Formats: sequence, C-alpha cells, structure tokens
Amino acid sequence: MSILHELTYTTNAVPEERHANYLLEVKNFSLTIERVEKGYTPERLYVIRDFHLKIHHGEIVAIVGASGSGKSLLADAILGIHPKNSMIEGTVNFEKSPLTEKRKKQLRGKDIMLLPQMTNALDPLMKVGKQVQTFIKQKNKQKVLKSIFQKVGLSPTIIKEIPSTLSGGMIRRIFIAMALASEAKLIIADEPTNGLDLEALDELLLQLKILANDHRAIVMITHDIEAALKIADKIAVFYAGETVEIVPRKNFTKKGEKLRHPYTKALWNALPQNGFVPMDSSQPSPSIVIKGCVFSDQCPKATKICRIKKPKLQEISDNEMVRCLYA
Amino acid sequence: MQLTNIAKFILLRTMKFTILLFAVIALSFTLVSFSPVDPVQSYLGAEMMVVSEEQKEEIAEHFGVNEPKYKQFFNWMKMFLQGDLGTSLLYRQDVFSIIQEKFLASFALMAISWAVSGIFGYGLGVIAGMNKGTIIDRAIKFYCFTLASTPTFWIAILLLIVFSLWLGLYPIGLGTPIGMLAEEVTLLDRLKHILLPALTLSIIGVSNIALHTRQKVVEILDAEFIRFARAKGEEGILLFARHGFRNTLFPAISVHFTSFGELFGGVILAEQVFSYPGLGQAIVQAGLNSDVPLLLGIVVFSAFFVFVGNLLADLLYYIIYLRMKNGEMI
Repeated sequence: MSILHELTYTTNAVPEERHANYLLEVKNFSLTIERVEKGYTPERLYVIRDFHLKIHHGEIVAIVGASGSGKSLLADAILGIHPKNSMIEGTVNFEKSPLTEKRKKQLRGKDIMLLPQMTNALDPLMKVGKQVQTFIKQKNKQKVLKSIFQKVGLSPTIIKEIPSTLSGGMIRRIFIAMALASEAKLIIADEPTNGLDLEALDELLLQLKILANDHRAIVMITHDIEAALKIADKIAVFYAGETVEIVPRKNFTKKGEKLRHPYTKALWNALPQNGFVPMDSSQPSPSIVIKGCVFSDQCPKATKICRIKKPKLQEISDNEMVRCLYA
Repeated sequence: MQLTNIAKFILLRTMKFTILLFAVIALSFTLVSFSPVDPVQSYLGAEMMVVSEEQKEEIAEHFGVNEPKYKQFFNWMKMFLQGDLGTSLLYRQDVFSIIQEKFLASFALMAISWAVSGIFGYGLGVIAGMNKGTIIDRAIKFYCFTLASTPTFWIAILLLIVFSLWLGLYPIGLGTPIGMLAEEVTLLDRLKHILLPALTLSIIGVSNIALHTRQKVVEILDAEFIRFARAKGEEGILLFARHGFRNTLFPAISVHFTSFGELFGGVILAEQVFSYPGLGQAIVQAGLNSDVPLLLGIVVFSAFFVFVGNLLADLLYYIIYLRMKNGEMI
C-alpha cells in the first residue's frame, strides 16, 4: 500500500516538448452496430457516438463509464477485433500515423495489447507458461519466462500448470506477466479491477503503475472511479458513448468544484466519502438518435437549448476537455 | 484416489448395464416367442418331408420346444449364466463361435466407417464452425441435415446403383468373391467388398459428429479466451490450431463413442443391402427363422457392444474432467 502511495504521487510528468507527440490519439470516434434480422427493419445501435482520447507514453488514462455503456467494444475497436456487423468512423492515430484495420492487425499483440478482464481469458487446456511465452520475443525464452514470473510474484513452479488450478489473483498476475513479456507500447486494460478485494486491487494497481513506469501507456477501462483515481493521470468520463469530459486527476477535489461537467460531478459526489449523493444512473438507449446533449435528460442544469443543440468537446488545456454548453 | 474413483464409476455402470441387459433379454425372448415360425420346421428345412413324425417329436423334445415358455426362458438363462450361449439351429454351430466369426467381419466394417466418419465429420464441423453464417457453413449444415434424415438402406442402394451397376467398379455384394476358395481370397478382394458398405456407413455417420463439432467450435469462438487470443494477433488456422483444436477434439471423440449404437443399427441395414456376411445379416436370419439361441446371443452381444461404446465415452469425459480439476495436462 505504501509503495502504491509513493508511486501514485510521483506523477509521470510529461515533458513539454512531447506534448503534441501522442502515442494514441482518438478523435470523433464512433461505433455503430447494425442488427439485421429477417423480417425486421434493420436496427442500429449507436454504441459509441463521439469519443475522444489522447495518451502519451508512460501515461495512464482511465475511461470511466457505467457498466454496459460499450466500453469493452471500444477496446475491441482499437484492437480491430470488433464484431463484423459494426462500423467504425473517426480518426485513430497511433504514433502519429493512422491506425487502419490493416495496421491494427499487424500491431495487435505486439505494440498494442489487451489486458483482459476475466480470468477465463486463458485457454483452459494450455499451460500458463506457454501462454505467456508467446509474448516473449527474446532468445532464452525459459529464462526470461522464469524471471518475469518472479517479477510479478508467481512461483516458477506453476509454469506447467493449466489455468483451472490457479486462483483468480494468480491469473491476473499472469496477465501482468504477459504485458511485461510483451513489448507493447499501449496496454488496454479492460475492467482490470472487476471483483477484486481491496488488497488485491492495490496490488493490481501497483503492477499497472510499474508497467506505466516502464514507459508504456495504459488505457484503463473501468466503471470504478475510485480505483481509477488511485493511479490514472487523466480520467476520461464516458457517458452514452461520448467523452463528456477529460480531466486530470488532481481536479477531483472536495465537492468537485474543479470538475466542469455535471455528470462527472454527479459521479464524484455519489462516492460514499463525498456525500453519497444519489444519482439517476440510467443512460439513453443506444438505439435512439440523440439530437442535443446526451446528458440533458438527467442533468440538473439542463435548459431547453441543451435538448436541441449538441455541445462540442471544447479543449481547455492539453489535458482537459469538456462537452457542456455551460462549462 | 483417482483410480478408485474410476473403478467405482465403472462398477456402477456395469451394475446398471446388468439390469438393462436382463430387461433386453426378457423383452427379446417375449417377442420371439410370439413368432409363428416353428423352430423344428426351420431346423429341418427341405428335409421336413423325409423325417418321420416320431423323429420330429424327438427333435422338439431335444430342443425343449414343447416346454412352457417361462421354462424355456429359465433354461436359457441358466445356460447363459454358465457362459453357454447354446447352439444355433440355423448354422448348427456354437452360437459364440458364430458371433466371433461374424463380428470380425462386421467389426472391420464398423471400424473403418467409425474412423472415416469421425475424421470427416470433425473436419466438416470445424470448417462450418469457423465460417459460421457463410455459404460454406450453410452448405455443410444442409448436407448434414439431409443425411441425418436419410435412411441408410437408401444411400446403400444409391451407391450400389452408381458404383456397381453403372460404373462397375465394385462388386454388387457379399464379403468375398463368389466361387473362390477361402485361401485364395486376397486382402484386395476383401477391401473391394467392404468399401461400399463402409462408405455408406461413413456418409451417414458424418452428420452427427459434424453438427456437434460445429456447435462446439461456435461456442468456443465466443469464449473470452478466443477474444483474448484475437487481441494477441492470432487468427484463422493459427488461432484454431493453438486454441480450438484441443478444446473441441475431446468432446468430439466422446460424442463419437456414443454413436456405437447407431453404427450397429446402420450395420444391420447396410449388410442387408450388400449381403455382407456380418452380425447384421446373422441377426436378421435368426429372427426370420426363429433361431432363438442365435438371436438372443447376438442381442446380448450387441447390447454389450453399445454399452462399451457409451462407457468409453463417459469414461473419457470423466477422465478429462478429473484431469482438468487436478490440473494435469491432457
């Protein structure tokens, strides 16, 4: 815990000259799923409507949103493994050049890696050591494998085990071992904190932090704003498929005065230590087209114009963006 | 610990099977006892005219035909428990040795078609599953559904018409060429005779295993570990070879063992059409001629055969389950 504390507060300060040198830059990104069934009119699901994200090397950005808001699909789309009946639009740049489907295919598993959420992401019949080993590119694989296992706190004796004999915590360490073994510059962690107790959570966050200190960028997709606030440099708040605010962690203070978007404020104030203010957590259905602001139905500050005019994402500083007419 | 568990499992199954076997025997015996065919008549055949009434009486006495049915049944059971299946009226031979001989011929037929249909069925299932929703998948599914609803004998007749009648490539029937001494029959001759019946059974056997494998492949492709494997950059054949093969092979083998019953049923029909001298032929002859000892002998044997198939299937599943639980590799 104390190590985590220290690590957390030695923020990965981004040197000025690298400001425009993003590792991953996502602009106006949308993902639509088209459901066609015989005898029905095709139904369109606007799962991701207008998503923005910028991330540097060594930075941790948390994408925070309610469960079922299409966050996992976002990870799939960046990796290029989204379902066939989905269409994606918008700009995605990786190391300054466009991330086309072809490039995604070349980069996934190498430069971009997924850190899965569930412990059933390992092949049930393959030895765990072998599953980690596919990421190791160096020679002397066995030796590297052993040292990586030790690094994440796993005994090398379990290299020859299959996943069903390991505990959930051990399997999460295997995932971290995979990330360490890979040369991935960008790690997309899909709900990495799901179902962890406090101790396991801190350990995992610490390990993510170690990965980030290894100069890797981490996108942490989560619904757990508390966990996100423990390690992320920036929080991207995701609502109804849109980025409504990108805000540095340091802005989450007291009653949330420094937060600009009403949804972010509501999330912050709903935490038990911040007043436990209840909020209506429902989100507009992805099957409807929204003309105005996506949050206007739940927003305490909403006016008539909010329902008609869609607010643009305004860039406040390099690290801050907000999508609200009244911000 | 594991071994005792497996032994217990087998013992339990065997006990259940013993009860089932008794029921099967009783039912079969009841059914043949309704047969209007006189065993003495079918035993004597054309010599019926030559043999005197007294002699017939004596034969009936020897067979025990005049005794009440339940007594006949107990006589048979008593002998069966002593390991004696009796003498066939038709072949005038020990039932056990007939079964041995006929089963060898049938076994070759079943083994070939079991292996061929297993390999092809698995392959087709994998191809369909990997290409789910495409025209290939639909073609394979159509093929399987059509076969699943096609009678074996009809396929057999079609093959006979095409390959034996029109093309003249293969003999029209029997297990060996006609008019040839047993010593002169070559392996090639036997292969030529077994090919069409085996093909018939293979074609029929494909559909079950293919559809089952397809379902398994589709299921596995939806699994989280495949999503992760895709995220690792694996796809297509590499993806299947690394993560799909082992995860679908064992369920497929296991299901294929349970098809022993259908295989046996199919063999009876195929052997009829091709006049192939196997167990299927023998059981039909025994039924038509009231050869009760032979009929019951084959019934016992076939029940045992199907039981072994199902037991192997269950055992395989059980062992895989145990191994996975204990973390041993397969």
